Amino acid sequence: MAIFLTADSRVIVQGITGSEGRKHGARMIAAGTNIVGGTNPRKAGQTIELSGQEVPVFASVGDAMAATGADVSVVFVPPAGTKAAVIEAIDAQIPLVIVITEGVPVHDTAAFWAHAVATGNVTRIVGPNCPGVASPGKSNAGIIPADITAEGRIGLVSKSGTLTYQMMYELRDIGFSTAVGIGGDPIIGTTHIDCLSAFQDDPETDAIVMIGEIGGDAEERAAAFIEKNVTKPVIAYVAGFTAPEGKTMGHAGAIISGSAGTAQAKKEALEKVGVRVGRTPSETAGLVREVMQAR
Amino acid sequence: MDLLEYQAKELFAEYGVPIPQGKVASTAEQAGQVAEEFAAAKPGAKPLAVIKAQVKTGGRGKAGGVKLADTPEEAQEKAARILGMDIKGHTVHTVLVAEDTDIAQEYYLSFLLDRSERTFLSMCSVEGGVEIEEVARTKPEALAKIPVSPLTGVDHAKALEIVRAGGLPPEAQEGAAQLAERLWAVFTDEDATLVEVNPLVYTGDGRVVALDAKVTLDDNASFRQDWERFADPSAVDPIEARAKAKHLNYVKLDGSVGIIGNGAGLVMSTLDVVAYAGEEFGGVRPANFLDIGGGASAEVMANGLDIVLSDPSVRSVLVNVFGGITSCDEVANGIVSALALLAERGEEVRHPIVVRLDGNKAHEGRRILAEAALPVVEQVATMDDAARRAAELAAAASNGA
Repeated sequence: MAIFLTADSRVIVQGITGSEGRKHGARMIAAGTNIVGGTNPRKAGQTIELSGQEVPVFASVGDAMAATGADVSVVFVPPAGTKAAVIEAIDAQIPLVIVITEGVPVHDTAAFWAHAVATGNVTRIVGPNCPGVASPGKSNAGIIPADITAEGRIGLVSKSGTLTYQMMYELRDIGFSTAVGIGGDPIIGTTHIDCLSAFQDDPETDAIVMIGEIGGDAEERAAAFIEKNVTKPVIAYVAGFTAPEGKTMGHAGAIISGSAGTAQAKKEALEKVGVRVGRTPSETAGLVREVMQAR
Repeated sequence: MDLLEYQAKELFAEYGVPIPQGKVASTAEQAGQVAEEFAAAKPGAKPLAVIKAQVKTGGRGKAGGVKLADTPEEAQEKAARILGMDIKGHTVHTVLVAEDTDIAQEYYLSFLLDRSERTFLSMCSVEGGVEIEEVARTKPEALAKIPVSPLTGVDHAKALEIVRAGGLPPEAQEGAAQLAERLWAVFTDEDATLVEVNPLVYTGDGRVVALDAKVTLDDNASFRQDWERFADPSAVDPIEARAKAKHLNYVKLDGSVGIIGNGAGLVMSTLDVVAYAGEEFGGVRPANFLDIGGGASAEVMANGLDIVLSDPSVRSVLVNVFGGITSCDEVANGIVSALALLAERGEEVRHPIVVRLDGNKAHEGRRILAEAALPVVEQVATMDDAARRAAELAAAASNGA
């Protein structure tokens, strides 16, 4: 079953004719993703060859959905056009939109999120500034490398791309049901809590790995959610113990403001509700391995 | 990007947010001249001017960075004392010389990003002029938090709702609401993530004025904004400035292990792992954050090494790459050509470089490095062991030096 993305997902790429859209469109097809189309209003009606497959280009998400039954869109549109692209996807009521684009102004993200809420939250938004969603062996929507891991029963939710890859690789012999990269921006659509909730309900997931980092209070809120709602084992890792206050560490959202958003506070909040927190990514992988082998 | 007070006030002025008259000065003489202008316009005013240190940190009043002056001579003398002062590690390069304001009451007003609720928030309080965190802690009921929708924003009715919720007295509400509407325009049109006025002042003659100004701008929006004018070269670390010019994501830290990695999360994690490992070697710490991103070419790697090694406190370097989209053979080739490139430039690398490659094409990458047999490069298989080795080498180099 996996979460959000399954073998039945029909995926389109917004911005399919751009360099990122083409590159990752081809990679997704090679990974077995069912890419049914893409959008670019100026090239509607044409097809584009990706990984040996002719992919139709549509004028809009709505057109693509009508013609192909698409239910997932992956957005590779540059930052200046991301807001319009996501609003288009929301208005077309596509069930899932995954926003890969890095560098989206936060006022734009706030605006498309508010638009989603105001129109009834029909579309699930993942990202922006995220590596996407991968359900190994089933489908891969985004830029997560498909060949670093295998299908299995660990669920993973993470703010960071490379730490996601690292974890998937270290645990490739056990494998993953779904990995969701939720992104490192200050405002994101799908949160740790949304993923924890979905993994808790997913019969194909036995344990959950949660990767957080400095900034905001998403991990603290996730801890409160876990205490009340999650019975499956959760293992966590938090990055940024050595980050200084007031400096943005790569991700736009990774910043400690005053005493808020520190890694220590997040670790303590998680441990307080019984989540085991690894000191390093490898130690975290080791904890997951223990849990999975004890089952 | 945080703005200095005088830069924030320039923005405020463009949007019609009332501020006290003032000018920025980078020498004591200039400060004296500004005060002369005030004296000519308002003879006999006492105090004549406020001299305020321009630094991107709070608590400057307590640190002695804000002083009153009654005469131009006194303004010059006070400015001389403030300029060059160190406030929490920030050197004062400029002062704002502002006319004195007749304060009847002090309030607080801000617009900011509410990350948890994924929307905007206005905070307003009749308790201004003190640290707002202090108000939030001791008198939370006095700090109103009003959500603001990005779709509907702040019109006059919303602005009145905000200032009333903050408990501002009736006589100040209209002026404060007008100011709040204009402040909202600054927040949205300038792509700010924070605009804060503390204190917002009600004057003896019934005006509402922004006495202080704090603005943080969203770096992601720089492509559609004209922010060159806010660049503050004096405040930026010189290595950070050079890294930025080369489009590298670098943050200077205070340790001795130079760090290069790919992906913000992995690099942050690498810093932590080095710091843990460093505990064993007398507290060795990471010297920097440097994310070279995906697809690290030889040139990017050369630039990265160049930047990291230009920090004189670096004793060893840890290159930690997980090949996801990036393939490790390219990274290995990058390291080999980077070292050759630096040697050609006459900057031969002498510090030990510990390399950990894993993931996509890690075998090929490791083989390339092994075959190149570079004397300064040492390969370690895992992130934890590599961090430990880099810390150990840094400690050894520091002890030997």
